[in-house]
Amino acid sequence: MKEKSEVKKGSVLKPFKAIKYLFEKPGTLRYPFEQKEPSPRYRGFHLNDWDKCTGCGNCADICPNQAITMVEIPEIKPKTGEKNERPKIDYGRCCFCGLCVDICPPGSLRLSRDYLHIHFDPGTFTLLAKDEKTDKEHFLPEEKYSIFQASLAHRKTDNEGFVSDLKYSLFEPERVPMPEVPPEKRVLSFMEQVLGYSREEAKKEALRCLECKLCEDACPAHLKISEYIKAIYEDKPDESLRKIFEDNPIPAICGRICMAHCEKACSLGKRGEPVAIRWLKRYASDMVEDYKKALGVKPAKSTGKKVAVIGAGPGGLSVAYFLRLKGHEITVFDSLPGGGGMMRIGPPLYRLPIESIDKDVNYIASLGVKFKFNTTVGKDILFEDIYKNYDAIYLGIGTTVSRSTRVKNSDKAYPALLFLKENKIGKGVKVGREVIVIGGGNVAMDVAREALRLQHIQYPGEKVVTKTVSLEDWDIMPATKEEIEDAKAEGVQFNPGWGPKEIKVEDGKVKGLLCMKVKSVFDEQGRFNPTFYEDKEMFLEGDMVIEAIGQAPDFSFIPKELFDKLEFTPRRKVKVDENGKTSLPKVFAGGDIVNLNLDAVTAIADAKRAAEGIDLYLKGKLK
Amino acid sequence: MSQERELELYFGPQHLGMVGNFSITLKVEGDKILEASANPGWLHRGFEKLMEYRTWIQNFPMVCRINVVEPDSMEMVYAMAVEKLAGIEVPERANYIRTIVLELARLVSHLFGCWAYANMLGFDTVAQWAMYHRDLILDLFEELTGARVYHIYIWPGGVRRDLPEGFKDKVLNTLHTIGSCIPDYDSAFFNNRLFYERAKNIGKITREEAKRLGATGQILRATGVKYDIRKIEPYAVYDRVDFEVPTREDGDAYSRIWIVRDEMIQSVHIIMQCFEKMPRGEVYNKVPNPFKWRIPEGETYVRVESSRGELGLYLVSNGEDKPYRVHFRTPSYPHGLVILEKLLKNASIADVGNIMISLYVTAPEIDR
Repeated sequence: MKEKSEVKKGSVLKPFKAIKYLFEKPGTLRYPFEQKEPSPRYRGFHLNDWDKCTGCGNCADICPNQAITMVEIPEIKPKTGEKNERPKIDYGRCCFCGLCVDICPPGSLRLSRDYLHIHFDPGTFTLLAKDEKTDKEHFLPEEKYSIFQASLAHRKTDNEGFVSDLKYSLFEPERVPMPEVPPEKRVLSFMEQVLGYSREEAKKEALRCLECKLCEDACPAHLKISEYIKAIYEDKPDESLRKIFEDNPIPAICGRICMAHCEKACSLGKRGEPVAIRWLKRYASDMVEDYKKALGVKPAKSTGKKVAVIGAGPGGLSVAYFLRLKGHEITVFDSLPGGGGMMRIGPPLYRLPIESIDKDVNYIASLGVKFKFNTTVGKDILFEDIYKNYDAIYLGIGTTVSRSTRVKNSDKAYPALLFLKENKIGKGVKVGREVIVIGGGNVAMDVAREALRLQHIQYPGEKVVTKTVSLEDWDIMPATKEEIEDAKAEGVQFNPGWGPKEIKVEDGKVKGLLCMKVKSVFDEQGRFNPTFYEDKEMFLEGDMVIEAIGQAPDFSFIPKELFDKLEFTPRRKVKVDENGKTSLPKVFAGGDIVNLNLDAVTAIADAKRAAEGIDLYLKGKLK
Repeated sequence: MSQERELELYFGPQHLGMVGNFSITLKVEGDKILEASANPGWLHRGFEKLMEYRTWIQNFPMVCRINVVEPDSMEMVYAMAVEKLAGIEVPERANYIRTIVLELARLVSHLFGCWAYANMLGFDTVAQWAMYHRDLILDLFEELTGARVYHIYIWPGGVRRDLPEGFKDKVLNTLHTIGSCIPDYDSAFFNNRLFYERAKNIGKITREEAKRLGATGQILRATGVKYDIRKIEPYAVYDRVDFEVPTREDGDAYSRIWIVRDEMIQSVHIIMQCFEKMPRGEVYNKVPNPFKWRIPEGETYVRVESSRGELGLYLVSNGEDKPYRVHFRTPSYPHGLVILEKLLKNASIADVGNIMISLYVTAPEIDR
């Protein structure tokens, strides 16, 4: 090693020893007759599974060479949570770094071990990446493949190279866990179950968002989700709230109970957990004490036009907010003592506290919207009078009547809405020790979980049971997975796939529910039409039955001569045009009486549409 | 009269004896070079400026391209700077893997250097061996990273993927294959009398001058200075492995190439030790979402020992998602411009390529 300056001058003859290499096997390959097998991780041409690809475009965004463009594919029908765009790669630019693979949330984009492209036409250098699943023509099995024709249109099947691995991905597949009250503690009271993110947690969760905006397409109200999440990441909750209010004036409510269609679309949810968009919205609204100061929005100059909004639910509140900002005079009528509509009575306190509702409602009121609470239209004030005295009317009445199973003795059952309302804003309900809830939707979950809490409060230390019976089996149960999991964790028992036959009553007291096995819930056309095995029966013991099988609207306040003019769709929804206008002159509508989604955010979307329509109507631009 | 005796001669970039996109303008009188001026601008790609327009992660496919011959030290130095600014920890196992990769890259680079030098002096047989052996190591890189030349493997937070199954055996096999040829290399090249005659006392530089002109790497070590960043400022796991820094006293081309040879043997030792000591566990601590990742304001200078000398990176962040300023201190800059021009003075035309390649100049890293 440390041969100092005393260097050997070397030999003249010894180098000839190298002659022996003449007789050894050469190291070079006789290409193309001898080929080198690329390594299993080889980074060659792209493969893309079109079925898994969501068209989110993250690959195109990360590409340092702008080699990837998203191309619209007309054959692919756009679905919620998916764009009909697929990446096209320009191999004149691609440097085969594989960043696109590491950022691909569904893991559809991969690199293959193909690297040969022999062609006379430089135009063939671009490739709409596919794989053997969707492109049988250009991906050939070993026996049909020839290296002399190797090109982007002549490739091997089953030749995957560098693939995505969640452990090494450039995104974070796991959510920042939301602090929650543990099930065994929360069933003992009505304290809010979800505690909300801290500043650090919210920033960390906001950081996960890749800004592909699939969620914004999926949201019925098209909130600018990626922008408000970005503002949270940048620690600007005011800015975030401003972005939210552009499309949704009730963030404190929606941040808690929204059905979060956006999260179902989130590209990160394809292999991991979606960004907690709803909780981030809640964070933005919770962080801002004073909406008015943070938003700094003022209504436009008064137009002198008067609009009546019937129903102070999410839709009514939104339409009031949007129209008030345009300078119209708004009066909101509602039979409840406060705003929120179904939100005020439906979601139990552990999901949506009254203070959160009032925070949103008070802000809207502070803009000059007049609220007439405890006013039932048709009783305290006549619809005819409203119809006469206002320039436009918005019907956001929702579905307020609980449906009944109409089985024998169903009059002994407690209607879900009444149960929820009494507990949330009324005197409370005395529950039984063994409660049976009929239904498998989110309202049924609310009822069951609330009943369980009441049982624990009213019978401390005693053995209490709450069970649900639903027509739908686990796979088609309409309640969200989250709700079902939470209910299970709290101890609610489930009996999926059973339908009610009769409520057994003895001496005027409920003894239990007789059920029969469900054959099918939907008929061949996909309509709700349950059939049963009459002979397969089950008896559930219980001293209280609550029916939570859906609600219907109540139009009784509209006088007959006007109601007859109101048109409905075949599915018994109020018919509205693209401006939210009904067949009645100057009456607009939205929410559960119009759409089939039956949730708050769709009501807001309807309200946004109707607010634009009403504004045009009031300006005389609409017939 | 004297003006007519002088002649301007262009050496490169198309000259057969030129390796790389580089040219030298020579002013000669007969066979003697009076003045040389190096012109590295043939491969100017504006990397440092381009990097200011790309996000922290998007720069990774770029940094490695600054030096074609040994991209990994470029990746390493950038990853180290980013980690330092962003405060990212690297798992222990990843540090070992990084060391293995860097030493394999040193072997690749040195074998490439041997190829260039042997080729230049007409030892074509040895040159082909070196090229072949380099390719064997490239096969290992392909196995590990999925690419042969631009690996994009070392990145902030660790390395991009764990070692594939059976990788250790493959590396040891390849190293064994190459190692068993060392006697042949020695007899055909390093101990060849022709090589001695051709390289001895060529491109000689004194210790003082080497220090003054900013020489590092083999050029400085060939003058007897034990200067190696791996020892002075250990990074990765160089403080936990045992190796020597070969030095020589003469400061000429012959000594420099012998140091290259000895360093390759040291690299093999380092790789073996890393495989022995490497712990199990994670190899990558996730970096934040690349579309939102901002690095706190700050500036840093980090350096590594590349195969050609000290490679440094001065990186400034102003709190944005992109670097504010990137500046590389590349070893070929002083070697290829200052020292080369100096050593070429009074040399003969036949030695231009000889001296240039003994300085191990890699053109792309001079003009970033």
